[in-house]
Amino acid sequence: MLPILSDQHADILKNALTRRTMLGGCVAAGGIMVTPLAAFAQSASGDDNAPGAAEITVDRARNEPIPIVIPDFGSGVGATITRVLTDDLTNTGLFRVISGNSPAGGVPDFASYKSMGARALVTGSASGGGNARVEFRLWNVLTGEQMQGTAYTTSQGNARRIAHLIGDVIYERMLGEKGYFDTRIAYVSRTGRRSNPTTRLAIMDQDGANNRILTDGSWMVLTPRFNPAGNEIAFMSYANNRPRVYTFNLGSGRQRMLGEFNGISFAPRFSPDGGSVVMSVTRGSGSDIYSVGLNSGVKRQLTSSGAIDTSPCYSPDGSQIVFASDRSGSQQLYVMGAGGGGARRISYGKGSYGAPVWSPRGDLIAFTRIGGGGFSLGVMAPDGTGERILTHGFTVEGATFCPNGRVMAFCRQSAAGAGGAGFSSSLGVIDVSGFHERTLATPTLATGPSWSSRNS
Amino acid sequence: MKLKLLGIFGVAVMLAACGHDNNKGATVGNGGVTNNTNNGIVPGSQADLVANVGDRVFFALAKNNLSDEARATLDRQTEWLKRYPQVQVMIAGNCDDRGTEEYNIALGSRRANAARDYLVSRGIDSSRITTISYGKDRPTAEGDNEEAWAQNRNAITSVR
Repeated sequence: MLPILSDQHADILKNALTRRTMLGGCVAAGGIMVTPLAAFAQSASGDDNAPGAAEITVDRARNEPIPIVIPDFGSGVGATITRVLTDDLTNTGLFRVISGNSPAGGVPDFASYKSMGARALVTGSASGGGNARVEFRLWNVLTGEQMQGTAYTTSQGNARRIAHLIGDVIYERMLGEKGYFDTRIAYVSRTGRRSNPTTRLAIMDQDGANNRILTDGSWMVLTPRFNPAGNEIAFMSYANNRPRVYTFNLGSGRQRMLGEFNGISFAPRFSPDGGSVVMSVTRGSGSDIYSVGLNSGVKRQLTSSGAIDTSPCYSPDGSQIVFASDRSGSQQLYVMGAGGGGARRISYGKGSYGAPVWSPRGDLIAFTRIGGGGFSLGVMAPDGTGERILTHGFTVEGATFCPNGRVMAFCRQSAAGAGGAGFSSSLGVIDVSGFHERTLATPTLATGPSWSSRNS
Repeated sequence: MKLKLLGIFGVAVMLAACGHDNNKGATVGNGGVTNNTNNGIVPGSQADLVANVGDRVFFALAKNNLSDEARATLDRQTEWLKRYPQVQVMIAGNCDDRGTEEYNIALGSRRANAARDYLVSRGIDSSRITTISYGKDRPTAEGDNEEAWAQNRNAITSVR
C-alpha cells in the first residue's frame, strides 16, 4: 500500500515547488519527506522566480515535444525512478526524453547538453536501502539556471510514487500547469463471457501500475466515479438484483447504498465540493436526475421531463450540470443550472450524443457521439460551439479527464465476431488535441474508467 | 375436484391455441404444455416458460413499443402466470451495444416496464413482477451484427 498524501502534504509540496528559497528542513507526511534543495552557489541566479527564469516558453502550436535529458538515477530504487519518470513524460507526447548519465555533481556542463539539442536537464540520484533518499534538480539548459531542486526521503516501496511526484514537478515547471502523474484510475475489470461477465471494481495508478481489485464480483458493478478527494468511489451495484448507486470507501473498503429510490438509480457523479452525488433514477418509461446529499441523504429532483435524462455531470464551479436526454426524440446533450430548470440543448450534429463530462478546466465538454455506423469521442465548448472529434471506433465512450484537463481516458471496444470472438474492451488515453492516443494496459478487459483528481 | 381442474386447464389451452392461430409470428405454441410434462419439464418452472410459452420479447432499435409478436408472447405469459399464481417473475430489459452504457440502462428499464405494464394490463398483479435492466452489459448474443443486436434488444421474463 502506498501512503496517503494528505492535504497538508500537498500544500507542502506546492510550497516546495513555488518557493524554492524557503528555509527550513524536512517535513514528514504520508511516508514521504520532501525537502527543497538550495540552488548551487555557482548557479546563475539564486532566485528562480526571477522573470524569464521560471518557465521555458513552449510554443504548443508546434506540438513538438520538449527535449529533456533524464539521467540514470542509479540501480534499485534509482532504476525504478528513471523508468517510471521516463514513461510518464514520454506518454504525454509533450516531452522527448534523452537518456543520459547524471553529471558528477555541481553545475552541469550545459554546452554539451545544448549541443545534444536538449532544452531541459534533470540531474539526480537515489541512495539508501530501507529508507531511500532521492534527489533531483531541473535545469534550464539554455540559461544554465536551476529551476527546481527537491529531495525525497521514503521507504523503498514508494519509488514509483516519488517518480510520479518528480514528474509532476517537471511537468508543472516546464508547461506552467499542474501535472497528473501522481493520480489513479478506477475502472471495471471484466472476466468471463460477454453474455454474463464477472465485473469487479478495480483501481490502478494512472500508468497502469499497482492494479488492485476492490470487489469480489458476486454482483455486477458499473461506472465507478471518484470523489474530488480521491478516497471514495460512487458506482452502480446490482447487489441483491436491486441496481442502485453505492459508494465505496477506499480507506475502509465499506460499501453504502446512496439514497432510497423505488426506481433504478445509476450514472452517479460527485459534485465538485464532494458533498453530494448527482445521478439518474428510472421512473415510468424515463429517468429523472437527482442530487443526493452524501451525509444528509437529502434528495433533490432536478429534472422531470418523462424522457430519459441521464449521465449528469457538474461544471467544475458547481453552477451547472450537463446531461444527456432523449426528450427531443434522440439522445442529445443539455446544460441546466445546478438546481435544475432552464435546460438548453447544446448538441446539434448528426446522430445522437451521450455520456457528457465537463473538463476540470471548465472550457470543454467531452462526449460520445453515435452515428454513421460507429462511435466517436469528441469535445465541444459548454455552449455547444467548436465541436471537435478526437477519435473514432466501433465503441469509444465513457471519457474521463485527468485533473488538469489535458488528457482523457476512455473505453474502447471492438466489434465481436460470431459467439463473441475477437471482442476486446480496453482503456485508451488521448490528449484533448486529438494527438498521442495510446492504450492503457490492464490485466483483464476493462470499461468505465474514472480518473482521480488527486492521489489519496 | 380433479375434473374441475382439468376443465379449467382445457379452456386455457383452447385460448392459447386461438392466440397462436391468430398470430402467425408466434413461433412457440402452447399446446405443448401438457405434452412436455412428460419430458421432465416441471409445469410452472423457468424451463416450462422458455419451452412452452416464450420467455422474451424483442424490440426495434432504440424503441420500447410492443410489436404484435411481442404482444402475442406476453398474452401467452399472461395465461401462464394466471395458471401458476404462485409464480413470481423478474423482467430484465436489455439493449444492443449501439448506445452508451448509461442511456442503455434507462432504455432497458423502459423495455422491462413496457412488458410489465402489458402483463398488468392483462390482469397480472403487479406485485408478482419485478423489473431490472442490464443495459448493454449482458447481451444474449455475443456477436456484433444486425441479427445479434436484434436478439439483444429484449425483455426477458424469468421465474424468481
